[in-house]
Amino acid sequence: MKTKTFPHGIHPPELKNLTEEISLQPMPAPEKVMIPLLQHFGAPAKPLVQKGDEVSLGQKIGEGQGLFSASVHSSVSGKVLSVDSFHHPGGTPVPAVTIANDGQDKADTDKKEIKNPFSLSPEDIRDKIKEAGVVGLGGAAFPTAVKLSPPKDSPIDTIIINGCECEPLLTSDYRLMLEFPDEILKGAELARIATGADRIIVGIEDNKKKAFELFQEKIQDYEGEAVLLKTKYPEGAEKNLIYAILRREVPRGGLPFNVGIVVQNVGTAKAIWDAVSTGKPLFERAITVSGQSITEPKNLLVRIGTPFQAVIDFCGGLKEDGNILVMGGPMMGLTQWTPEVPVVKGTSGILAWNAPAPGTEYSCINCGRCIEHCPMALVPTQLAKYVQFDKLPEAESWGILDCVECGSCQYICPSKILLVHWMRLGKNKVMSSKQKKSA
Amino acid sequence: MTEILISIITMTALGFLFSVGLVFAYKKLKVEEDPKIEQVSEALPQANCGACGYAGCRAFAEAVAKGEAEVNGCPVGGEDVTSEIANILGIEAPEVVKQLARLHCRGTHEAAKDKGPYIGISTCHAAHLIGGTKQCSFGCLHSGDCVRVCPFDALHMGEEGLPVVDEDKCTACGKCVDACPRNLFELHPVSQEIIVFCRSLDRGAASRKACKNACIACGICARACPEAIVMENNIAVITDYKKISPDKIPEIEKCPTDAIGRLHKDTNEEEKEEEKKEDEG
Repeated sequence: MKTKTFPHGIHPPELKNLTEEISLQPMPAPEKVMIPLLQHFGAPAKPLVQKGDEVSLGQKIGEGQGLFSASVHSSVSGKVLSVDSFHHPGGTPVPAVTIANDGQDKADTDKKEIKNPFSLSPEDIRDKIKEAGVVGLGGAAFPTAVKLSPPKDSPIDTIIINGCECEPLLTSDYRLMLEFPDEILKGAELARIATGADRIIVGIEDNKKKAFELFQEKIQDYEGEAVLLKTKYPEGAEKNLIYAILRREVPRGGLPFNVGIVVQNVGTAKAIWDAVSTGKPLFERAITVSGQSITEPKNLLVRIGTPFQAVIDFCGGLKEDGNILVMGGPMMGLTQWTPEVPVVKGTSGILAWNAPAPGTEYSCINCGRCIEHCPMALVPTQLAKYVQFDKLPEAESWGILDCVECGSCQYICPSKILLVHWMRLGKNKVMSSKQKKSA
Repeated sequence: MTEILISIITMTALGFLFSVGLVFAYKKLKVEEDPKIEQVSEALPQANCGACGYAGCRAFAEAVAKGEAEVNGCPVGGEDVTSEIANILGIEAPEVVKQLARLHCRGTHEAAKDKGPYIGISTCHAAHLIGGTKQCSFGCLHSGDCVRVCPFDALHMGEEGLPVVDEDKCTACGKCVDACPRNLFELHPVSQEIIVFCRSLDRGAASRKACKNACIACGICARACPEAIVMENNIAVITDYKKISPDKIPEIEKCPTDAIGRLHKDTNEEEKEEEKKEDEG
């Protein structure tokens, strides 16, 4: 069957066979959870509880503040031990609520199931999603309610459900697609109603044929189709996915709604359905625990706030040779320095492997491979040089802000230049100098 | 022969014509410029460092001549340049407080614990973006972004991993203040002896765990000199250094973590301390 794709990109070893066939399994809640109040793109949530308070499962413990923010909910029932700064997978400590689990999972009783969620108005759907603290579960953790309220002057025609999972090793989205296809499609339907779009398109890479066939059959009850995409990295990057499926190009500095599209991850679609139909807040998510150094790789449903150490222990512990711990996929994931960090809404996986010592970095030989593989059609080597020598206006005009930090350039670079590091640094510097200018 | 003659005459005629043009342009199109600008500009150090906030020495000179900038606006030139500019403008020279850049961190390789091996480009800013390489999220990252931006060669990485300010060369231009992603540099008057060498806002136990030289907010210094030092957000803050009397310095220097004190202790005192350490050892 013919597959769709975008130009450039890379194809790293998939290594999905470690966990592909293992069904999602709920992990018992740990004795103690540390729930950061900043788990999303935007401003941190304001704590609503104090030390010593009793909280129930799913109780709101942090109120989202401002436009780009999301509420945070308790993932266990029990007593608040502290509200203090704690390690965060992002590297910088952030305020977090530590809760001792009483093991009873007492939930709020006043939350009622809604009989026909599809009859709700777009505003009601968005309110419920906002109330449940749903954020994009693909990794960037962008507040979903914001994503589903596009400006009036850009009408949305298509909801794309992102089932690519193009990062190697990760399989949690694949398992979600196989085990919860109805919930995902119902969530997509709600997103369609909320944005007023006409159709749903589910994009799935061709290394997940089973999921594709399942969705092709299930989607016949809805307005839309399932699309088979070529297995390539970063197929799941929003802008590349849109181009691959609909051949529409998101303008520079723009967002998908500029071309009439909203993209949601499969996990997010399921969370939307849970939030709207039963009022269940986002307090657990599917993650893949994998890598050569994990004794028993698994796909798990984990409570937000569970320490990485507890998750690893549940998977039989770390083999002795493991020397690198990563949150997320191997391409874009964040290396962790301590296994004490908690699982957050943006955690798509916990990986551990024995990384070889980094090779020597050589000078650029101008081979142009990074240019050949950049999915955003940038010139990484030139941009890196601009950043290195602090030529920020040049870097900006060469489009550094379009970089999605996918890591393809660095993966392919024969000189082992840490290109993404320079890109990230440059993006940050350009953004802050812009902010200074506008201030 | 005639060819040579013709060409000589032509060239002379052309030369004369152009010189007339030039003289005309000089007389008629002359731009009157304040002679003070030139004089002030000559008095300036010509480092074009931008510390005054203008695009370069010339721009600063223009601003001073127009009266838009302060006479003592060039920190690099210091007292000499200020009095010279004041002379040119015919006004009284204002007082110049000589300042130096001071690093507010004592998290050396030994004192501040690493998070783990750092694999990445060696710039402080990049390390800061991922939360830093040290367990302390406020302290020095040891990669020397400040050293690279110093236009006066006044900063060098010391053996202990921290940048060292060369006080003879430092002009307080403030480039390092802007370059440090953790805002560890600040300009202080030379006469300010007591400095807080820490920026950690973590609570005592947490900051102690991360770094041996962190301020643990015990308050000894604030009790010793309440009129000039207060505790704010888990850190000692000097509100007015002029109020610190010299007799209180030994009390302040009782700091258990060395997070506040003088940058340069007297040499004989240092020797004494070393002796003390040896005795204890």
